[in-house]
This record gives sequence, structure tokens and C-alpha cells, in this order.
Amino acid sequence: MAGNIKIRAKAEGGETSVKALMTHPMETGLRKDKKTGELVPAHYITEVTCKWKDKVVLTALWSGGVSQNPYLAYKFKGGQAGDPVELTWVDNKGETETATDKIT
Amino acid sequence: MIDAKRRILLKGSLAVGAVGVAVGAGLLTPRAVLAAWPEAAFKARDVKTGLKELLGVEGGEPGGDITIKAPDIAENGAVVPVSVDSTATGVKSITIIAEGNDTPIIASFNLGEDALPSVSTRIKMAKTANVQAVVQTADKVYTATKEVKVTIGGCGG
Repeated sequence: MAGNIKIRAKAEGGETSVKALMTHPMETGLRKDKKTGELVPAHYITEVTCKWKDKVVLTALWSGGVSQNPYLAYKFKGGQAGDPVELTWVDNKGETETATDKIT
Repeated sequence: MIDAKRRILLKGSLAVGAVGVAVGAGLLTPRAVLAAWPEAAFKARDVKTGLKELLGVEGGEPGGDITIKAPDIAENGAVVPVSVDSTATGVKSITIIAEGNDTPIIASFNLGEDALPSVSTRIKMAKTANVQAVVQTADKVYTATKEVKVTIGGCGG
């Protein structure tokens, strides 16, 4: 599952805005498979941790109500070109993925 | 002597095997990882219960200069873009709620000290309903709503 997060960070006017797109089915566990009529097991991201220079800026706690292939955008004070930003998600099955980018 | 060591080695590897199986079966990892995940809030069937579990209050007061950006009409309820901005100071968390969903608490964002009160994501909406944003500051809880008309629901099918 490596390389399935797209992340871009841009600094402007003393603020940095970060946009990220993750690849994940985000199954609520409430949806029925149309062919078999059985419930599709829950499989969704529960926590996204966003860091700037190893400092946590934002923690997103999610339910299955977030859309498939989730999009997340956030902003923080400071940040300069070249600073590293990191995003890590963990899902309800304990799977995890991390991506990094440098601020432009 | 050799035989005794062999016994110990066997016992050791058996024990490690058991832990490995437990982790593999998801018995250990999720609980450890999800310690802070507010399960009761996300499983709550109504907004009041969910907010009480999440923030300790049943609802917020109007204010906080909250701006919710969401479409007036969403053709596809499975993907509804929502942005929440606030100009309140000292915002600790932002919660996004779809009032018409079976489990209305969608997402909660905990802001670190450098974070600005501005988050965007995309949510699923079962039907036409209010999207509610709840902004928690050090001593207040503010709320705002915006109606989104959904033509095709995004939960199940």
C-alpha cells in the first residue's frame, strides 16, 4: 500500500496549507454487498496524524462517515520552504501508512 | 543438559508464537493504537449523545464566527466536500456532523498549538440534512449549521 498518499504543502503569508489525498475504501460496516446481500466488513481510517518538523499539528479522528479515498486539508502558522511535513493514517484493522513532503 | 536447553527454546518460541497470533488476529494492535479514538461518540445514534461522549456537552451555542463551506445541493451523497473555518481564538477541536446520518458524528479534528482553525474534508451523507460544525475553544463550545440537499444518498445502497 506504499505510495498511496498524495500530499502537498505550500507556505504563503506566514501560513502553510497542506492538502492530502489518501487511498482507502472507508467501509462503514453498514453497507450491504449488492450481489451477496451480506454486510461489507468495516474498514476505515480512524486516525490521521499530521506533523510539521516532528511536531504534531493536527490529529483527525474519523468514523466511517468520511468519504472513500479521503481528502484532508488543513493550515498551520509558520512553516518555511524545505520544512518537512508528515502524514500518517491508521485504520480499524491496524494498517497504517505514512507520507512526507517538503513545504514549497 | 542439551536436552534441557532444547526444552527452554521450544517453550520460548511457543510463547512468542502465541503473541504473534494475537497481534495477527487484531486482538492486540487496534486496542493499543485506538486508545484515544472516541468509539462511543462515533457509534452514537444521535447528535446529543455523540457530542456528550466527545466533548462532554450536548450541544454548542451559536457564535465562534464559524464558516461552513458545503454545496447547497449535493448530487452524490457519498462525496460531499465540507470546509470549516472559524475566527475564534484558542480553538482546540473542530467536529463535523451530518445530522441525518445513522451515526451522525463524522470526524473530529484536534488542533495542535500551531494549527489554524481551518479544516476541509469530504463526507458521506445519507439524506438531505444539516451539516453541523462544532468548534471547541478553551472554555466554550460553538456551533453552526448549513443545510445540504442530497439527491442520491451516500450510505449503503
